Amino acid sequence: MKERPPKLFLSFFRWYCHPEMAGHIEGDMMELYSERVRGAGKRTADLKFIRDVVLLCRPGIIRPVTIGTHVNQYDMVKSYFKVGLRNMLRSKGYSAINISGLAIGMMVALLIGLWVFDELTFDTHFKNYDRIVQVMQHQTFNGQIGTQVSNPAAMGEEIRTVHGGDFKHVLQSSWTDSHTLTYGEKVFFKTGNYFESGVVDMLSLNIIHGATDGLKEMNSIMISESVAKTFFDGEDAVNKILKLDNDVDVTVTAVYEDLPENTSFYNLQIILPWSLYLSQNTWIARMDNPWGSNFTQTYAEMNEHAAVEVVSARIKDVKYNKQNEEARRYKATVFLHPMSKWHLYSDFEAGVNTGGRIDNVWLFSITGIFVLLLACINFMNLSTARSEKRSKEVGIRKSIGSARGQLVTQFFSESILVALLAFVLAIGLGFLVLPSFNTIAEKHISIPWASPVFWFIGIGFTLITGIFAGLYPAVFLSSFQPVKVLKGSFKQGRYASLPRQILVTVQFTISIVLIIGTIVVYKQVKHAQGRPMGYTADGLITTGVNTERHKHFEAIRTELKAANVITEMAESGSPTTDIWNTNGGFDWEGKDPNQAVDFPNNAVTYEYGKTIGWKITAGRDFARDFATDSTAFILNESAVKFIGSTDPIGKVIKWNGEAYTVIGVVKDVLVQSPYKPVRPAMWHLSDDSENIFIIRLTPERNAQESMRKVEEVFTKLDPTSPFDASFVDETYARKFGNEKRIGTLAAFFAVLAIFISCLGLFGLASFVAEQRTKEIGIRKVMGASVSNLWRMLSKDFVILVLLSSVIAIACSYYFCTKWLEGYEYHTTVSWWIFAGSTAGALIITLITVSYQAIKAALMSPVKSLRSE
Amino acid sequence: MKKYQLGEFEEIVILTIGVLYKEAYGVSIKKEIEVRLARNVSMGALHTALKRLESKGYIKSFDGETTEDRAGRPRKYFQITALGKRAIEYSRSTRDTLWRAIPTVALDVKMVG
Repeated sequence: MKERPPKLFLSFFRWYCHPEMAGHIEGDMMELYSERVRGAGKRTADLKFIRDVVLLCRPGIIRPVTIGTHVNQYDMVKSYFKVGLRNMLRSKGYSAINISGLAIGMMVALLIGLWVFDELTFDTHFKNYDRIVQVMQHQTFNGQIGTQVSNPAAMGEEIRTVHGGDFKHVLQSSWTDSHTLTYGEKVFFKTGNYFESGVVDMLSLNIIHGATDGLKEMNSIMISESVAKTFFDGEDAVNKILKLDNDVDVTVTAVYEDLPENTSFYNLQIILPWSLYLSQNTWIARMDNPWGSNFTQTYAEMNEHAAVEVVSARIKDVKYNKQNEEARRYKATVFLHPMSKWHLYSDFEAGVNTGGRIDNVWLFSITGIFVLLLACINFMNLSTARSEKRSKEVGIRKSIGSARGQLVTQFFSESILVALLAFVLAIGLGFLVLPSFNTIAEKHISIPWASPVFWFIGIGFTLITGIFAGLYPAVFLSSFQPVKVLKGSFKQGRYASLPRQILVTVQFTISIVLIIGTIVVYKQVKHAQGRPMGYTADGLITTGVNTERHKHFEAIRTELKAANVITEMAESGSPTTDIWNTNGGFDWEGKDPNQAVDFPNNAVTYEYGKTIGWKITAGRDFARDFATDSTAFILNESAVKFIGSTDPIGKVIKWNGEAYTVIGVVKDVLVQSPYKPVRPAMWHLSDDSENIFIIRLTPERNAQESMRKVEEVFTKLDPTSPFDASFVDETYARKFGNEKRIGTLAAFFAVLAIFISCLGLFGLASFVAEQRTKEIGIRKVMGASVSNLWRMLSKDFVILVLLSSVIAIACSYYFCTKWLEGYEYHTTVSWWIFAGSTAGALIITLITVSYQAIKAALMSPVKSLRSE
Repeated sequence: MKKYQLGEFEEIVILTIGVLYKEAYGVSIKKEIEVRLARNVSMGALHTALKRLESKGYIKSFDGETTEDRAGRPRKYFQITALGKRAIEYSRSTRDTLWRAIPTVALDVKMVG
């Protein structure tokens, strides 16, 4: 058998060699090869052959990338853009639909892109982003695992002692609270935390003036740049003395740069030393059981290369080990929650992280992509629909010698042109819409004009959109056969409009899903808003308690009641809109001894119930006439149910061994999430200084005037603190913020989606009417009425929209039911939502299509038939 | 500016095509140069030179017969064109002019050195 050269190299040669030369060079090589095989043997011949192939691989012999295009492409591309522009100008209507549709789609994508970027880069400001963690714990109460950030104050110290090797810092911190700061005449509320030293390093705070370890001395304070500006405006703030909460003098030791908005520590306007916290709360040192109460937070920075899971597993029993037998029933498991998950993955259910805001990020990303897809579909549909108009151009180009690749390039350059125009428009629109978008989304996003990355991504995305939108037209239009097209026998087949119909169906499916989704979100919000609150929030205000105000409580109450601006007021441990305190250690007859319980247990004054207007269903309210009420509980209905008592009045509940008598039962007061069941809760009387005043304004009086009077009385009796009150109904309304935001944004996107889809439909309808001009003319001559023609032209679209509705209903039923299941108190997906959305989509379709249909139907047949 | 662009190796190739007259194709040119000038010629260098000579119009080519060794690929024969003839003549005459211009002394010195 004849020897053959190495196959691989031969095919490599054939691949790279210019086809004009491949034949005879290969022949030469084969000739040499055979000679060499005869002379020096196959091995040498093979090696020499390989050397020849490699040495032949040089410019001049290598084939060009595309045969026949060594000419400069610039002129051709210029011509494509020119022809594209002319085509756009010739049919202004279609171009307007194309560009505006695409621009709106891009604007939505742009806004959502910026929003998602903002969400994903949350907290990335911090240098130690990867290593900062919050120490949290899971505990089992009332048979359910709850997860909390609050820790005993001893937690930090304990972790440092036992597991110090894993951490760079373990810092105990208070809550982020509002504090009164006074400097001369200037009095302001500023928020911040008490922190252990090391926070500057952990949060990589940028110290502008002063010491880097500003928390060393007990009576010191670190302030942010903006706080320094409000108090000292231009002066050097360091070593100035501020009065904190009208109580202690603190020296400014450092001024640090404000933390950006999209960080968890955005509200850290001031930082106070932990030692000051301990000295202000002396009871902490005197606690019998430092592990019994959770009232502080613990932040930590892990060592480099430490893994969160590993360290979490190591510290999990740090609290459990310190607890007594009784408290161990809570099964406290300590773990670390990394900073990267604080913002987007903050929900826990049964001790497992179940996501959180990340769901919204996904939801909106998908919505954005879909809206952009709708706009691309418009482009595809209109281009292919109008293909007949351009088929002659394609035919002539092909006859003259355009390769198919060139036509594809041409159509891509046209779609990219449109996409670029749309991008410019989208940036403009985005700039206009951004302020309102920010208001809805509660963000402070701006377009990063100066960021090259933004432009790179923006233009990159535009090109991708252009290519995607032009993909189908490019492939479809360039496939025409010149002979057929130019002879005039070119007919789009029966199924030519099928892809178009599919795309329209996709568009309307997405739009209808968005509409249904919006309605469901709104219905859920309405449902929760209509939930009985168990008290009257209108005209109820709250303001903070301090020692001075507590002392004057009776005086304030008497004076305000005498002035008839309030009907009642009370002091309370928690507001009616949140739970600030829960207690364990309860026992009652019939309780399972192994069950660890934990109830919101609010300390209040006598008139609390009267002030908030709760509804007693059994027994009585607290009353000054009964001395025994100091050891009395009022339960809510859920608590009664939890205890399992049919006749709760008079029942004795032991709290840390002390016997309390149940004197009354109230209807459930909706304190926490309006989407969750009300927790079993109780109230007892207290003489101590509590946290807030709850005040009921006289309903008949003007609220603003009353507020002025309330402020006057408060400032008269406690001149050192600024008066700052909030309305309970407003605080309550904020509980719906997240869902309302989703609803508003969903509505915004749904409207845009429908608008874009209708733009496309409008264009398609006008195309169909134009294409069938002759048919309509003949039908009219034969006696068809306008309504006949209208029905005929609208029918096709109506069928498509009905089909979309069916698909959309199936999809949205699935997703909405799933979404609603996430809320324990939720509405149902009623049939009328589907019926309404379908009807709405149909009406909008008919309006869009009818304009074109009626216009076509009204045209005089003389005109339409005479043309040509 | 040079009137006729002709590189050193190109000149050797075109002259060899002239030497071989009607028998000039890839392998024969390669062998002829290797024999006459005792230098190695790679296929890559040779074919690049041939392509450039052809694109300059100094040589033309036509397909010839094939042999069993060539696995069915035709030989491509090369021939010098009129322009090519002028180019080599020009190249030769410029050299001759230069040769003539060298003073005899210059070469004597070199002999001694």
